[in-house]
Amino acid sequence: MSLMTTLARMEAVAAGRAQPAATVRHRHLSARPMALVPLTTAGEAGAPLGALVGTDRDAPRLLVVPQPRDRDLRFAFLAGLADAVLPYLEGYADGVETEERKETDPETGKKVPVEVELCADAPQLLVPGAGGVEFVRLLGRSMRFRRTAEQDPQAPYPAPPHVPLLGRWLTHCAERARVPGSSMLLSMTDLLARHWATGQSGLEDQHLGALLAWIDPPVGESGADAALRVELERFPDAASSGEQAGLLRHPPSGPATDPVFDNRLLAPAMARFDAARSAVERRDAERRIRELVASQLEPAWQLLWRGVDLLRKLPEGGHVADRWKRDRWSYTGHRDRVRAGEPPQPKRDDAVTAAQKLASRETAQARLEAQEALDDPLVMAARRLAGEAFAGEVTEVVMARSEGRRPMPRPLVTVRTDDRPHVNDGVRVFRVLGDKVQSAEFVAYEPDGIVLRLTGGMGQGKEPKPGSVPEEGDRLCWTLFEHAPRGGPALPDPEATPWTHGGPPPEGTLVADAPDPPTDEDLL
Amino acid sequence: MNASLDSRTPAPAPQAAPEAALPRQTEALRLRLAELRGPETAPYPLDARALAALAANPGCRRRALLDGAGVDKAALARAIGSPATFGQSQFAFVRGNAFEARVGADAGAELVRLLVETHRDVAAPGPEGVSVPDLTATGQAARAARTRLALTEAFTADRWSLLFHPMVTLDVAGAPAHLEPDVVAVGPDGHCTVVEIKSFPVVDGSADAAKVGAAARQAAVYALALGRLAERIDGPEPSHRGAPRGTDRIRPTALLVCPRDFSNLPTGEPVDIRKQLAVTRRQLARLTRIEEIAASLPEGTTFDLRPAADGTATRPVDELVHAVESVGASYSPECLAACELAIHCRSRSRGSGAVEALGRSVRGELGGLTTVESVLLAAAGTQGDETDPAVSSLRRAAALRAEALAGETPCH
Repeated sequence: MSLMTTLARMEAVAAGRAQPAATVRHRHLSARPMALVPLTTAGEAGAPLGALVGTDRDAPRLLVVPQPRDRDLRFAFLAGLADAVLPYLEGYADGVETEERKETDPETGKKVPVEVELCADAPQLLVPGAGGVEFVRLLGRSMRFRRTAEQDPQAPYPAPPHVPLLGRWLTHCAERARVPGSSMLLSMTDLLARHWATGQSGLEDQHLGALLAWIDPPVGESGADAALRVELERFPDAASSGEQAGLLRHPPSGPATDPVFDNRLLAPAMARFDAARSAVERRDAERRIRELVASQLEPAWQLLWRGVDLLRKLPEGGHVADRWKRDRWSYTGHRDRVRAGEPPQPKRDDAVTAAQKLASRETAQARLEAQEALDDPLVMAARRLAGEAFAGEVTEVVMARSEGRRPMPRPLVTVRTDDRPHVNDGVRVFRVLGDKVQSAEFVAYEPDGIVLRLTGGMGQGKEPKPGSVPEEGDRLCWTLFEHAPRGGPALPDPEATPWTHGGPPPEGTLVADAPDPPTDEDLL
Repeated sequence: MNASLDSRTPAPAPQAAPEAALPRQTEALRLRLAELRGPETAPYPLDARALAALAANPGCRRRALLDGAGVDKAALARAIGSPATFGQSQFAFVRGNAFEARVGADAGAELVRLLVETHRDVAAPGPEGVSVPDLTATGQAARAARTRLALTEAFTADRWSLLFHPMVTLDVAGAPAHLEPDVVAVGPDGHCTVVEIKSFPVVDGSADAAKVGAAARQAAVYALALGRLAERIDGPEPSHRGAPRGTDRIRPTALLVCPRDFSNLPTGEPVDIRKQLAVTRRQLARLTRIEEIAASLPEGTTFDLRPAADGTATRPVDELVHAVESVGASYSPECLAACELAIHCRSRSRGSGAVEALGRSVRGELGGLTTVESVLLAAAGTQGDETDPAVSSLRRAAALRAEALAGETPCH
């Protein structure tokens, strides 16, 4: 934790409510996000118990698996999920705009501009916490290799239609969620914790109810008290609260359930379902389980949308649209792969793909850090504290020129600052100039400030473009990090994988992974 | 810091009676611990999970004493009105047991297959088969004795032996802990492997890192205890080439057995536990001696709940809280997932304004400032020494933060 965050947390302790950790919203928030609150069966990691899903906060769709060990009931759940989620995910596929992109012409080897489609918007899935993101990944993995009766008439347990397709989409969302700054699949706790600092630890911030209590406490109660109550309060003894005795008054936001709920209410209800002899008994038992599961899901559903309300009040950061465009590219790319009939994502990436993913995530991380600082003075303040940026007033500008045949303007600018940047000889610094970046290099420390030599952003002429050289009295913020960091060198094609990384894949191995063999005791 | 555990074991010569293998516990300490726990109360067993948690927070005197004395921390936490937040769902319990039964079925044939598959240097069992000694006995001491006998036999037998739920003991801060590994496999070459059976899935060869880490720490505790036992069985002579003896018998990789993908079929993954072993050994050695902690308590301190016939505590809450508070704790948010008393310790830690309540890493940058109040006063410039680097960075941080929030500086 940086000192800035630590300080913000302590201010929150003293104030009794969360303090801002950002002044703008650093993630894209769709006008019509889809919320998904899943629950799993304890101990059977990945076996769904139920879910609330939908884009309308007042009309979520409830899906429940009355007996998670029953394959048909699980399939019914997955089919229901596909029915609820797939139209939303695919609904953005046809609204396109065109973008110009440079591509290498295979015949001439030259870079030529091509017009490509880019989806105008993309879907956004919101889950309550980090566990929800992992669950989406697991669901995706369990579904994408399934075979429907149409694809494979010989399949012993054919999956309902659309289930494998939903698996591919969920896998894509979960994979995209690993890219720093992406917004296709977001966890509400991460989103809120990015924008507010609470007076509790990061571990405790994983509890969505407690986190919201710190950020937006009820009237007349401090955030600290409200968070404690939300986290721990249980229904009193049986005399006053009936069957809910001992249960958490505010159930956890999944995917794991409260063990007391499992043991006291859910287990007997499932036993009744298993023991049901007639259709009527079975229906009654199922209704009971649906009620129980809904009682655990609804609070999380409400909390999630409260989080959305809070986030909407923050103005969007300047670079958020740029990062969302990258999400739209990823969405468009996946849409094209599905349309081209490509096989589902492999179980394990090959060496080149893995290296590519890692490199692109590193670039995305560097880009995110730079953009967040440029969008938000509070983030920039943390970078200034760390010596990675400095702000100050220009005290002197001396015109100078480079040596060489064609002298270029290289003005010396002195900046007075109270910051202590880690600059020394040859360090390059950057500042925003209109919609471009101006670079400079460190020259010397002088008694009245840091002397910089401007090296760019002044045009090609002999004289600098008007307005491109700061004037005395200007207040500027320079960063030691690049504003638009680029990735490293290109990686080879999979066919040219070096022997150090396993060599090229043997012929004929580029076929899809086989589906998981069904066994009698499958969980998903 | 000297290794108090190591200084007690190994004994100079192999000991004859299995009882003598138990760490010597003085009669006085035993009485003192019984008094702390309550004379009517049976000691709460200290398992590997608790030990791994204790090793993760070796500075906590409260946990060391309560665990060492066999106090039921969950009951104590309930009695003082701060019950633990975690529990086990019966679904998880049933699933865990069913999977373990499946793995152990057929006299462990599946397990041996996994062992052979994952270790290149072990031989598959021949026609002589696998021996599965019966280790049932009444009482922990008797079970430990059976385990020792079975292990001695397995070391000399030229065949595979699988010990299901053996009982081994480990001296923890001066009190013996009885541990029950899932399975210990002894190969024909005399090497032992700790087998951990867990019910979280391994999907496409990877599993939840936090869960694998916890399993590895647990396995390390078992390996440590087994090593001590093997030392007592073999005596102090060092290993010869090809014939391992003592602690060398214990493989530094444990076998983690989990369900594969979305099925109930077991898959085995060797987990290197050398690091966890070293950490556990060091942390256990660092544990403050329970005797010392017990001696520092005020006369008459006890955690006895004086349970009524229905199990509810009759002891006044004030008295219990006072007793708990007489031993120092070292709380950090990680405790919430590992210790039954964490909710109580957290409220005390927050109440005193300790900075650790916000996370263990917070302390690092704050130098000598230990309370939230002193940090905020230092940041505001009303307290603290300007020349202290922690104080001066805090002041700069506070100034920069205030400036940014007031919207006074642009970020570009």
